[in-house]
Amino acid sequence: MQLSPQLESKFESLLSNYPEDKKRSAMIPMLIYGQDELGSVTPELIVEVAARVGVQPLQVSEVMSYYSMLHPKPLGKFHVQICTNVSCLLTGGEDLWDQACHKLGIGHKQATADGLISLEEVECIGACSWAPAIQINYDFHHEVTPARLEELINGLTEKAHAV
Amino acid sequence: MPYNEPHPAETRIISKRFGLPNSASLETFMANEGYAAIKKALGMTPDAIIDELKASNLRGRGGAGFPTGLKWSFVPRTSPKAKYIMVNADESEPGTCKDRLLMEFDPHQLLEGMMIGGYVMGAKYGWIYIRGEYRYLIDIMDRAIAEAYSADYLGDNLHGTGFSFHIRTHSGAGAYECGEESALLESFEGKRGIPRIRPPFPAVSGAYQSPTLLNNVETFATVPAILLMGGAEYAALGIPKSGGTKLLCISGHVNKPGVYEVPLGFPMMRAIEELGGGMRNGKKLKAVVPGGSSCPMLTAAECDGLTLDYDALAKVKSMLGSGGMIVLDEDTDMVRVALRIMRFYQHESCGWCIPCREGTTWLKKLLTRFVEGAGTQSDIVMIGDLAKNMLGRTFCPLGDAAAMPTISIIEKFRGEFEDYLAHGPKPRRSYVREETLREEALAWHGQAAAIPAQPTV
Repeated sequence: MQLSPQLESKFESLLSNYPEDKKRSAMIPMLIYGQDELGSVTPELIVEVAARVGVQPLQVSEVMSYYSMLHPKPLGKFHVQICTNVSCLLTGGEDLWDQACHKLGIGHKQATADGLISLEEVECIGACSWAPAIQINYDFHHEVTPARLEELINGLTEKAHAV
Repeated sequence: MPYNEPHPAETRIISKRFGLPNSASLETFMANEGYAAIKKALGMTPDAIIDELKASNLRGRGGAGFPTGLKWSFVPRTSPKAKYIMVNADESEPGTCKDRLLMEFDPHQLLEGMMIGGYVMGAKYGWIYIRGEYRYLIDIMDRAIAEAYSADYLGDNLHGTGFSFHIRTHSGAGAYECGEESALLESFEGKRGIPRIRPPFPAVSGAYQSPTLLNNVETFATVPAILLMGGAEYAALGIPKSGGTKLLCISGHVNKPGVYEVPLGFPMMRAIEELGGGMRNGKKLKAVVPGGSSCPMLTAAECDGLTLDYDALAKVKSMLGSGGMIVLDEDTDMVRVALRIMRFYQHESCGWCIPCREGTTWLKKLLTRFVEGAGTQSDIVMIGDLAKNMLGRTFCPLGDAAAMPTISIIEKFRGEFEDYLAHGPKPRRSYVREETLREEALAWHGQAAAIPAQPTV
């Protein structure tokens, strides 16, 4: 498959991070950086990564199915991840989760019809002392109030229209 | 100051650079004892460094609390195989958010700790396994690594000393289990993150079946300070058998949640009252998770007079763990908390060992039934029995981690389960807080914007 120049150079640098005969170590990082660009772990990406690390595509599929951040189907352009684990639960994480589901009309691991926003109830994201916390793609948002969540989600729609 | 204000009761050793301007930069690091410890280390013998670590009473900060000096001494340094250094930055234990700060605000301190490890072991390569969700930290660490290379602190024959060391980051992809050392190594090798049977331990057979020194971020980050101040002096900061300081992540129902560095042996109630600013809304304390959600829950009465160190917590049959202290107020529904904890472990069980895979699933079903009002008297007994039957019957401690908090809740808060039986399901308590606690928590987004744009999903 044809990779973008950025992804091509990222893959090369990831492969160079490990000893010459241990390229398989680069598999998971390659899948996650590949997904960032392609939107999901596509069958073509699996074949490409398998060839570069020297394993069968099936072995890549077997590994990817284990990891919760690797998705075989595309998520929304903005993936809103709301933590409801203990520290967030104690500070309103579940309320934020209900609010987001209600506002967007979607549930866990679903995306809006326009493919713009997807939702996921996630496990601890390591922001316990600044709970409740959410992540939108890779960006953390701390001590999120209902008003702030409303603002953040509205901001995503605006961002999409501005592009 | 990002995240939370420092507190006068803290003893800031590994967090001492956190508040400095551009604290993550090499320039700030160098102006504040940066890379002084590796220089000192290169003039010492590896055995002398291990002796300093033993004298420091430093214990693994990731959760298990194994004596670090001893762990370092287990690596067969004379083995003809390549030796590797591995940092566990897969911080995922609910309640824990300290490694984030260590990497965000002082990445060079971690690199220096790894370099010292590399020198002691005769290793040439080290990796930092960072959880996939922490992408911005991978970028920060990569920048710090590039800075270190350009200043000749990483690479070959560093500053003409003959010592060579290389560091790379490695991204995880979402799996709590990969914070367990042997599963981390499997994952690092490009496999599913399932645990390995031990022995052999990673010290002898780790990454690529080679001797591997594997420690938590906080453990490595503490090593430079120990070498600079001396093991005995570091140990004296804490109490006997629990040397030095520990980052404490306070969360839950307190006024000032945050990450604070305290000497070991710090009184728990002072941590809640002074560092944490006391209970939110003037409520009474009900329970504390002392060190991450896998640690047995403590009642308010047990916390009274308790100190935060490995032995004191072992005495009350709990653990200091990773220092993720979650404070629960009197109105907290413990049955719901038990369910949420079990939902987490059920989701994260890798499925390799049957007692854990099936046990967490059954327990989640039983607890869900309870919360929905269909629990029975015999379920209470069954929850306890099932959890006890998971203990010690799995390759890795995830099974225990799921069972221990459950057993403690069902034993110490059995009345709340009985209450569900007598009065049916309770409405879920809303915890919504309309105002943000601190402006700086939101102001942080300004800093995030300064990080180069990330490709988005």
